[in-house]
Amino acid sequence: MTERREVFVQGNIACAEGALYAGCSFFAGYPITPSTEVAEHLSEELPKRGGTFIQMEDEIASLGAVIGAALTGAKAMTATSGPGFSLMQELIGYACIAEVPCVIVDIMRGGPSTGLPTSPAQSDLLQAKWGTHGDHPSIALVPNSVEEMFSETVRAFNLAEYFRTPVIILGDEIIGHMREKLSIPAPGEIEIVNRKLPDSDGVCRLPYRADGKYPACLPNFGQSRFHVTGLNHDESGFPTSDPSIVQESNARIIEKIYHQREMIDKVEVRYCDDVEMLLVAVGSAARAAEEVVEEYRRKGVKAGLFRPVTLWPFPKKQFREYAERAGRVVVPEMNMGQLRTVVERFIPSSKIVPVNLVNGEPIDPEFIIFTIEKCR
Amino acid sequence: MFDYSVYLRNEKLPHIWCAGCGHGIVLKSLIRAIAKTGWDKNDIVLVSGIGCASRLPGYVDFNTLHTAHGRAIAFATGVKLAKPSFHVIVVAGDGDALAIGGNHLIHACRRNIDITLIVFNNGIYGMTGGQYSPTTPLGDKAATAPYGHIEPLFDVAELAKGCGATFVARGTSYHVPQLDEYIYKALIHKGFSVVDVIEACWTTHGRKQKEKYKDNLEMLKWQRDNAVPFAKAQTMSAEELKGKFITGILHQAERPEYVEQYQRLVADVKGGNP
Repeated sequence: MTERREVFVQGNIACAEGALYAGCSFFAGYPITPSTEVAEHLSEELPKRGGTFIQMEDEIASLGAVIGAALTGAKAMTATSGPGFSLMQELIGYACIAEVPCVIVDIMRGGPSTGLPTSPAQSDLLQAKWGTHGDHPSIALVPNSVEEMFSETVRAFNLAEYFRTPVIILGDEIIGHMREKLSIPAPGEIEIVNRKLPDSDGVCRLPYRADGKYPACLPNFGQSRFHVTGLNHDESGFPTSDPSIVQESNARIIEKIYHQREMIDKVEVRYCDDVEMLLVAVGSAARAAEEVVEEYRRKGVKAGLFRPVTLWPFPKKQFREYAERAGRVVVPEMNMGQLRTVVERFIPSSKIVPVNLVNGEPIDPEFIIFTIEKCR
Repeated sequence: MFDYSVYLRNEKLPHIWCAGCGHGIVLKSLIRAIAKTGWDKNDIVLVSGIGCASRLPGYVDFNTLHTAHGRAIAFATGVKLAKPSFHVIVVAGDGDALAIGGNHLIHACRRNIDITLIVFNNGIYGMTGGQYSPTTPLGDKAATAPYGHIEPLFDVAELAKGCGATFVARGTSYHVPQLDEYIYKALIHKGFSVVDVIEACWTTHGRKQKEKYKDNLEMLKWQRDNAVPFAKAQTMSAEELKGKFITGILHQAERPEYVEQYQRLVADVKGGNP
């Protein structure tokens, strides 16, 4: 196929197609609503391409298999939702410290616990950053359309491969199950990043040697014999508790993200040049927020939208630029204030209008406007 | 004289294991068995979880993967499926394989994926200081069973067999030549193979059982005196076998192997006849 392909599909299918476009050859997952269509689609498509699909016994096993496959050189992914994402947290940390590229798709649903399995929520915005124990790098992308479920999944693989770290896609039930037109780019239209490998000849004795600002450059298993561990390790990959080495390597896996964050940052900014009331939202809440902005603009209120497509690392520089201009910052989200706790670090709380919905219904423009007017 | 140094990362020695621990005995047995297969070191992936036994991969010169507690089989499944030409071996302690990792164990048995699991079964959580595990003998004292252990133990071999593993053997750290044979046969077996190795941990377990063992040597002698070879066990009554354990190749079966099944599926799908 050398031409664009137009399809009308769910966000979850777009995500699976994005993975295939990026070169994903391995998927391991466990059924959970509302993410299951990602697994179903890949169970059909991967065998056609000689790739591997396996349904594991739980979400922990799924991410374990993904990391194992990634170490052999495969581009690997799993998909889940809130409760399964919670189960995966320990191994997300493993992939961070062992610097194993992989993609984790979390189609968010209501919680806590089993919560509302078939209803939308934005319950894992903070779990995506703080869920696993220990300090670690975090990259999380939040698509808000079927097109973006495709393109952000491609970007997730590219970032994972380049930075050698797990990348999280935060979809939600609305984006995952909503159907929209998707124009699948022809091969080559979007750049595909492959992980950097050491020279294939000779033994790689220091697989974790890296400039203090860059990712390590591990060989694939079979290319050179080396050791991978979740313990703190030195450049050789073997465990160490030498304080200076631990300090340096713990800092490096975080700094490698921030050092080139311009490669990761992505925001959508609309009507913000003269903004007086800034709406900050991600994912499906941003779709409602955009309508609110347009409604206020029609009434002559200078409203604008700031949408982090990359939520983590949070685009604080860009956010400050617009938030400082605005008298009010409205934060509509389908949780009790997860994005608000981030925003509060950069602007006074008195400027913030929180809009929180956790009843399992989609957040709609009327509710956002109603809440804004009530807070006047 | 067998040259172990070819297979060891000699600069990583000495190992962390205590005097009297059986893990070093099993490590040497594993190395001899691998040497006998003639496999290229580049084609071997040795995977472990967390615990004393799980430090083993650090000492051997293969592709080595030290994962999270209980998850070695899950990682190994990904490695094997993504690159079927690898020989994948998992080493795990009894807590790692049977408690926190029990779910992965039973499903690997069921799938019959071509991986070899060696359980370093010393009946205790050694690294954390001697808490009871799924294979701690009934009545024993442990750091978390100061009044004696009240839970029955898992029979690793019966569990693996019941879940569908197609090669199951049990050896001990006392009967070393037999252990070499069991591990070698497990390695060359096509399908999921399990070798349960009865061992002892004097440091955290043995010395709490003063009435049973005077020293670590007595723990080894216990293995000698209570192991019953499979053939002999067939002639003994349940009463006679009480308190003993059966060693040998306990189960072998022919069943489709998972990776081959998957490759067949891919070939069929690609050939247009799913």
